[in-house]
Amino acid sequence: MNQALPNSFRSGPDERGHFGIYGGRFVAETLMPLILDLEKAYAQAKVDPAFRAEMDGHLKHYVGRPSALYFAERLTEHFGGAKIYFKREDLNHTGAHKVNNVLGQIMLAKRMGKPRVIAETGAGMHGVATATMCAKFGLECVVFMGAVDVERQQPNVLRMKALGAEVRPVSSGAHTLKDAMNEALRDWVTNVHDTFYCIGTVAGPHPYPMMVRDFQAVIGQEVREQIMQAEGRLPDSLVACIGGGSNAMGLFHPFLDDPGVAIYGVEAAGHGLDKLHAASIAGGKPGVLHGNRTYLLMDPDGQIEEAHSISAGLDYPGVGPEHSWLHDVGRVKFLSATDTEALDAFKLCCRLEGIIPALEPSHALAKVADLAPKLPKDHLMVVNMSGRGDKDLASVAEHLGGQF
Amino acid sequence: MTTRIDTRFADLAHEGRPAFVTFVMAGDPDLDTSLQILKALPAAGADVIEIGMPFTDPMADGPAIQAAGLRALKAGTTLKKTLALVRDFRTTDNVTPIVLMGYYNPIYIYGVDAFLADAKQAGVDGLIIVDLPPEEDEELCLPAMKAGLNFIRLATPTTDEKRLPAVLANTSGFVYYVSITGITGSASADASAVGAAVQRIKRHTSLPVCVGFGIRTPEAAQAIAAQANGAVVGSALIDAVKASLDAEGRATKATVGAVADLVASLAAGVRGAKQAAE
Repeated sequence: MNQALPNSFRSGPDERGHFGIYGGRFVAETLMPLILDLEKAYAQAKVDPAFRAEMDGHLKHYVGRPSALYFAERLTEHFGGAKIYFKREDLNHTGAHKVNNVLGQIMLAKRMGKPRVIAETGAGMHGVATATMCAKFGLECVVFMGAVDVERQQPNVLRMKALGAEVRPVSSGAHTLKDAMNEALRDWVTNVHDTFYCIGTVAGPHPYPMMVRDFQAVIGQEVREQIMQAEGRLPDSLVACIGGGSNAMGLFHPFLDDPGVAIYGVEAAGHGLDKLHAASIAGGKPGVLHGNRTYLLMDPDGQIEEAHSISAGLDYPGVGPEHSWLHDVGRVKFLSATDTEALDAFKLCCRLEGIIPALEPSHALAKVADLAPKLPKDHLMVVNMSGRGDKDLASVAEHLGGQF
Repeated sequence: MTTRIDTRFADLAHEGRPAFVTFVMAGDPDLDTSLQILKALPAAGADVIEIGMPFTDPMADGPAIQAAGLRALKAGTTLKKTLALVRDFRTTDNVTPIVLMGYYNPIYIYGVDAFLADAKQAGVDGLIIVDLPPEEDEELCLPAMKAGLNFIRLATPTTDEKRLPAVLANTSGFVYYVSITGITGSASADASAVGAAVQRIKRHTSLPVCVGFGIRTPEAAQAIAAQANGAVVGSALIDAVKASLDAEGRATKATVGAVADLVASLAAGVRGAKQAAE
């Protein structure tokens, strides 16, 4: 996948980590040597057949891959248009796509001889995946989580603790994912010698956006094979939710150079794009935060604004730099769904498919509800069911006034 | 070209004493008080003034400076007002070097060329931008040099021998050695380890080397300054601002004096140190 074709959408980033003007390495000097070390270690691991073989083994026997590509028959009937498939990342061990990336990074941490792993988490799925892999590989694990998120994602906090991780609630800023990432970076700058920072999405300084994408690309690679088997051809469209955008990038990347595949990313519009929201591309502009240049929510003075979404996993004022680039070049179309639309889609999916989706992919489903009815019955649409919704039941119940 | 920074360090070298570099946050706790603090610094013994440009997400700063930035933002500080603060300072002091320190995003949003022109015009001499390593020099470092501003780089304990030349290549004014791996306001460094690190940097550059992070007392300032061309104190001054505020976080009559007194005692410590051997 690194053999760049001319005019390919899949050839980025350049050697300095840029996707067009996005990406880069905007970090403090203390971290710079570590990031260069990581880049080198990843480049070596990537071409090491033993590393790949070990990862494939764990993906199969521990994570449970390949995840199913499921024909959502009743939802398809309900919308009366496009034929809808779910890529069932919710069936992975730990209940979300996050584990694909974490496995790769923890194997790399082990290979680099780092005994201590730190991570930031929003909804807690990345934290749980990191705690899980650290338990499996015998590494110390500290997870930074905004104090607000610790409250609204209690089940995941308990899971992390059960798995032996230390959960550090972060009470700076808005007490959410952005602040957890700041705090993780502060920890990393302090504990450079023994610590590996396991970033949960396709953001941060180079090489993280590329590396996380590569680890998540297994999603789209499997979909290519599975849809060929099921339908004998590639899909007509892909839909995925976007916070930082790792589940979306994992699904999209292997299809970027297939012009017949329309690609939709769905951001969180919170209370509405004219109110509090988390849609960085729809409502933000390019800026520099957390090691990369990308679309960010900010005020006219360049101060970062708080995001809002009902979904803790989408509640971040930025987005991965490659998504910013794909937006600018027009290869991916970015839509957004409000809290209310996501809740409606959540309910529909539970009732029609017997699948409790996480609030994050409920945003993707909300836009499927807009797109699918207008499309012909032979249109093949693949939606990334990026995680399971057990963690969200308490907050959904609260929003729905206790009535499902 | 020669900036006030170059002139100041040349003069100090001539006097044979290290520089005392102070850091305060623009607009903390409000813009008026902040200006009074700035004006009081040179008389209290500050040789170089670093002014923090507040940012919502200061990834390399500890709780004290984070909180100072938020107080300043709450008080309405913007990058424009920070530059106005420098302009006001310059009406009464045209010799003390001013270095703006902060993060890149507010400058990027202001517009690099406009910012450099306005900063130069306001009387800024140098910039320290924490999240712009040499790998991103084209963003601001090279344009700043062209605009006649010093771009002061941070060197850290993780900056190894192989990397030092790259870090020093486009640095001017002075080199800021971060004495610990960590955030601002954390534990202080061991003076002898700092001395060795400063000598290591000096093998690669003729620029003055100032040392910061974790210096809180006159004794520590003296011990560190003896090993370098200057000592930087930030979080301790920020703490003094904070301790002087009323219950609502507003400045009191004691605020400016509290900072000036601490600066005076720290400056006495620094002046007690003999300049490190060149």
